[in-house]
Amino acid sequence: MIKLENIRKSYTTGFNTLEVLKGIDLEIRDGEFVSIMGSSGSGKSTLLNILGILDNYDSGNYYLGDILVKNLSQTQAAKLRNQHLGFVFQSFNLLTFKSAWENVALPLYYQKIPRNERKDRALKYLERVGLLEWADHLPTQLSGGQQQRVAIARSLITQPRMILADEPTGALDSTTSHSIMKLFTDVNAEGITVVCVTHEHDIAEMTQRIIYLKDGMIEPESQRADAN
Amino acid sequence: MFDYDKWQEIFETIRKHKLRTFLTALGVWWGIFMLVILMGAGSGLENGVVGMFGSHARNAMYVWTQRTTKPYAGLPAGRFNQLTDGDIQAIEDRFGDMIEYMSPRMFVPSGEITHGDYKGSFSVRGECPEFVHIDAIVLEEGRFINPLDMDQRRKKVVIGRRVQEVLFPDEEPIGEYLQINGAEYQVVGIFRSDSSDEEEVQDVEETIFMSLATAQQVNNRPGEVNWFVCTINPKYQVAEVEEGIKDVIRERHKIHPDDPQGVRSNNVEEEFKEIMGLFTGIRILVWVVGIGSLLAGVIGVGNVMLIIVKERTKEIGIRKALGATPRSIISMILLESVFLTFIAGYLGLLASTGIVALLKIATGDGGAFFMNPQVNPGVAIGAMFILILAGALTGLVPAIQAANIEPVKALKDE
Repeated sequence: MIKLENIRKSYTTGFNTLEVLKGIDLEIRDGEFVSIMGSSGSGKSTLLNILGILDNYDSGNYYLGDILVKNLSQTQAAKLRNQHLGFVFQSFNLLTFKSAWENVALPLYYQKIPRNERKDRALKYLERVGLLEWADHLPTQLSGGQQQRVAIARSLITQPRMILADEPTGALDSTTSHSIMKLFTDVNAEGITVVCVTHEHDIAEMTQRIIYLKDGMIEPESQRADAN
Repeated sequence: MFDYDKWQEIFETIRKHKLRTFLTALGVWWGIFMLVILMGAGSGLENGVVGMFGSHARNAMYVWTQRTTKPYAGLPAGRFNQLTDGDIQAIEDRFGDMIEYMSPRMFVPSGEITHGDYKGSFSVRGECPEFVHIDAIVLEEGRFINPLDMDQRRKKVVIGRRVQEVLFPDEEPIGEYLQINGAEYQVVGIFRSDSSDEEEVQDVEETIFMSLATAQQVNNRPGEVNWFVCTINPKYQVAEVEEGIKDVIRERHKIHPDDPQGVRSNNVEEEFKEIMGLFTGIRILVWVVGIGSLLAGVIGVGNVMLIIVKERTKEIGIRKALGATPRSIISMILLESVFLTFIAGYLGLLASTGIVALLKIATGDGGAFFMNPQVNPGVAIGAMFILILAGALTGLVPAIQAANIEPVKALKDE
């Protein structure tokens, strides 16, 4: 269970303080497939960064399972990210000088897992996303959809509690987008929580629940449990 | 502790960024290369010039007389005063404890010198046994002049290597005779010069030595001396004794104490010191320039590391998002910087010592002004350590900067 209690976050630029999140209360059950929608500036990226422990929040509480994620050191945050979270980004964020399997295996490097085992596991996950024969290719040699599959394999390799996807289909055409969302659905079916930020309705419709953000608040009337 | 994975990660990064790596390494490589080459060149020059002295005594002085230019004690100017055994004796009596070796000399004018059908013209000198301690000569065969040759005025000679080559091309000269001015002299020894100055070597090796007493007799100039060389006890400076010795001669021959011409001398020690002073200057220059270029190299590394961190902002952001701790980022950047400076420095060291070694082979022992260049290994290794330390220090700032990159911002950075 992921639980946010009255999360607030503001940015100060110069003399202006911009309140981005104005008290977010949110629960995401384990194994849920959730999308977060909202116009730009609604705070959805900030929310995702807080969920991903990539950013701090000013007040409130964030529970990742039993763990209170608050005032962590950089090292603690890095460990939590590594063990519990997987990330998928709009621009894929693969390391361009590493091959597909090396990219997939990178999170395991920070768990100090030996190289051979890293490779074995990376290949297994590449097979899982249908890119086994592309294992030795560099990201630049892959199509956008293939790169995103590599990124998804990378997010899965640590068997995280939750995958956070930031506009995962933003850079892809609609056919590829749907196959990527299909892949997320399959991953979710294995019991991994998936949280996906998007501004495309058809993408959001493929998730179980849509959370609408507006001006740093969750719109309560839009909260629909178990959308079909 | 050797972390295989970490190094593999570093090798991969380096291998896949060849240009960046090359540029980083070049500065360091050049710095250490210049330092070592300069040191080698400096020492080669020094060895070359010092080598010209060979084994010639550094604490020697030469003394001779010339026509006087000032009248003194009722005597007119323009007199020539012949040095004598008596002068030598008087100097030894007065300065005996300060003088190490005393070697009065006399030329023997000679025409063609022959041995059978072979002939040549060589300079011939009468010498005391002590002269071997002063001149840059080394005995190759037989013996030098000995006191017995002096006492009995024996017609024994020691010949230079060139004399042997000309007069005894296919014969063992020791025990054989050669003819000087019609008289027979027995060869008792052969010597060579150990100076690195080719001209000097040729001059010396084309010389024939006999005892001073023999020379005085055959010249029919008993008791006379052309000039003398003496070395001064190392406890004293040559310059301290120089004037005193000349004063003895001035007194004995009634030469005006301020006459610049009457008694002349040449102080080898001063000459040597002057040359050594020059090399102290060169050495300082080498260090200033060498350390300057090292420093430039190190600053270059720091600079490139800063650029690398900027360039890698996104990569570092991704790594952090995937679970890289600040420590792992710092150690990655630091190790890379240290590794690069070390390898580049080591290659620079190899290349430059290689070139210095080639120079050594090329110039050998015979080069007149340049020979046997050397690099002090302690200095070279010291420079390496400074480089590694500097690599770490200059890597530290960018490394900390890298560790503090916020993943959120880095990932936005397109």
